[in-house]
Amino acid sequence: MEVDITLRVDGEDRPLRVDTRTTLLDALRERLGVTAPKKGCDHGQCGSCTVLVNGRRATSCLTFAVAHEDDEVTTAAGLADGDRLHPVQQAFLDHDGYQCGFCTPGQICSAVGMLDELKKGWPSHATADLTGPVDADDDEIRERMSGNLCRCGAYAGIVAAIREAAR
Amino acid sequence: MKTFDYRRATDVGTAVAAVAADPGAAFLGGGTNLVDRMKLGVASPDLLVDVTRLPLDRVQELPGGGLRIGATVRNSDLAADPVVRAHYPVLSQALLSGASGQLRNLATTGGNLLQRTRCVYFQDPDTPCNKREPGTGCSARDGYTRYHAVLGASESCVAVHPSDMAVALAALDAVVVAVGPDGERWIPLTDLHRLPGDAPERDTVLRHGELITAVELPEPVPGARSAYRKVRDRASFAFALVSVAAVLRVADGRVRDVRIALGGVAHKPWRATRAEEALIGAPATAEEFERAAGIELAAARTLRDNAFKVPTARNTITAVLRDLARGGDS
Ligand SMILES: Cc1cc2nc3c(=O)[nH]c(=O)nc-3n(C[C@H](O)[C@H](O)[C@H](O)COP(=O)(O)OP(=O)(O)OC[C@H]3O[C@@H](n4cnc5c(N)ncnc54)[C@H](O)[C@@H]3O)c2cc1C
Ligand code: SF4
Ligand code: FES
Ligand code: FES
Repeated sequence: MEVDITLRVDGEDRPLRVDTRTTLLDALRERLGVTAPKKGCDHGQCGSCTVLVNGRRATSCLTFAVAHEDDEVTTAAGLADGDRLHPVQQAFLDHDGYQCGFCTPGQICSAVGMLDELKKGWPSHATADLTGPVDADDDEIRERMSGNLCRCGAYAGIVAAIREAAR
Repeated sequence: MKTFDYRRATDVGTAVAAVAADPGAAFLGGGTNLVDRMKLGVASPDLLVDVTRLPLDRVQELPGGGLRIGATVRNSDLAADPVVRAHYPVLSQALLSGASGQLRNLATTGGNLLQRTRCVYFQDPDTPCNKREPGTGCSARDGYTRYHAVLGASESCVAVHPSDMAVALAALDAVVVAVGPDGERWIPLTDLHRLPGDAPERDTVLRHGELITAVELPEPVPGARSAYRKVRDRASFAFALVSVAAVLRVADGRVRDVRIALGGVAHKPWRATRAEEALIGAPATAEEFERAAGIELAAARTLRDNAFKVPTARNTITAVLRDLARGGDS
């Protein structure tokens, strides 16, 4: 079935007609030419398709585009403020948080969403005291970023970048 | 993937009527399991009724004590809920040990309960599987069984239920609220999922068209502590090999109240009632915890690759209860 929807992507309304079977990831990449989110596994296992939906990080490969009418979708391409990179993007550059770059847009969106979760005081599996304050220490960063795989193994740089951005 | 219609439900009655009227229809929560199965060719609904905009997205304290969790509350929001963190830590811990941050933001309470097994043969439409295609046989029985059941399995299916959250809910005596064409009913969480028996295609006792609207938790056991521990192949972002949810109250060195549920070992969250019975009134010692775990696991039947689950479950039950009795882990 085809439906007419409007997706709000990186601050712009993008009307399009989609087959209901189109995932949010495919709508962004194949239909709207927004290629920042990447298709790694297409099954929720690698995180390279991570975008922000209403500010919250989400895997775009396991959700249909039709389910996101009225949502605000932000990809890594929409994070910068004009020529000024988002602090998380800058930190990835400063700390070599990537090698080939394939996983990077997903890592960056995930890190932006995750830093917001930290700010809200959300605990993680690495948090010993569920009701206490949470710190952005390396164990917390690794646990909270475990949904983003990097085949180049740039993890040391990724953790360093996020540690810096969390300050 | 087969084509399908998509509808966004705005009230419970219409959502239930739409799915009940069409044998090929399904509810859509966060989609993290259903969309995956549709891609794999394991599910092929002709109508999806999106329930995520229903007004079921709140966690509310019940007037008589206890908590009501709406079916569309996202796993991440539930794990972070202040009341859950303070009074039902086992539930926060279980949720936080499951999937990843970006999946938990999508996954809903209802969808988490009804996610289907990760048995690799079930997920591969080219291999026989009684759960996917009744009567075709079980490829796992003589296949790779590291991830399969040791308790309550049958000749026809040895799959395990993958949810961590459901294991914590089983230990908390949660009750599922479901609305169908004939009205509302309350199902104890431990009765929601079925053992496979000779009908492994039926994961739960829900009827087609029944919508989970909420999960209710009774008041926390006064003076008890609770915890969840998950054993897996890597430190994060992996399904459980074995997991243990427990609630324990000790007074004067003796067990006064104990609830234990196991994950990764059966077709449903496994409430360890035999171990619980063996522990009531017993000294709260590691020896007693291990003895009780042994009683529960006496019924275990292992397959080629999963014998390790029996000692792993015994040791994990013992360790979780010992830490709770010591006042560790919360
Ligand atoms: C890579 C990966 C790793 C994962 N790791 C873990 C893990 O470690 N531990 C764990 O527990 N889980 C894990 N999961 C599973 C995840 O928790 C589930 O996919 C999720 O909880 C399902 O929720 P959902 O809202 O997305 O469900 P959906 O996919 O939307 O739905 C699942 C099923 O429930 C039905 N349904 C949905 N809502 C309702 C309702 N209100 N009433 C009746 N029926 C309904 C749907 O029809 C469907 O059959 C993982 C998933 C992935 C992809
Ligand atoms: S264990 Fe169950 S789900 Fe897995 S192949 Fe056998 S019948 Fe299918
Ligand atoms: S492409 Fe979505 S998680 Fe891998
Ligand atoms: S930088 Fe190459 S996959 Fe991560």
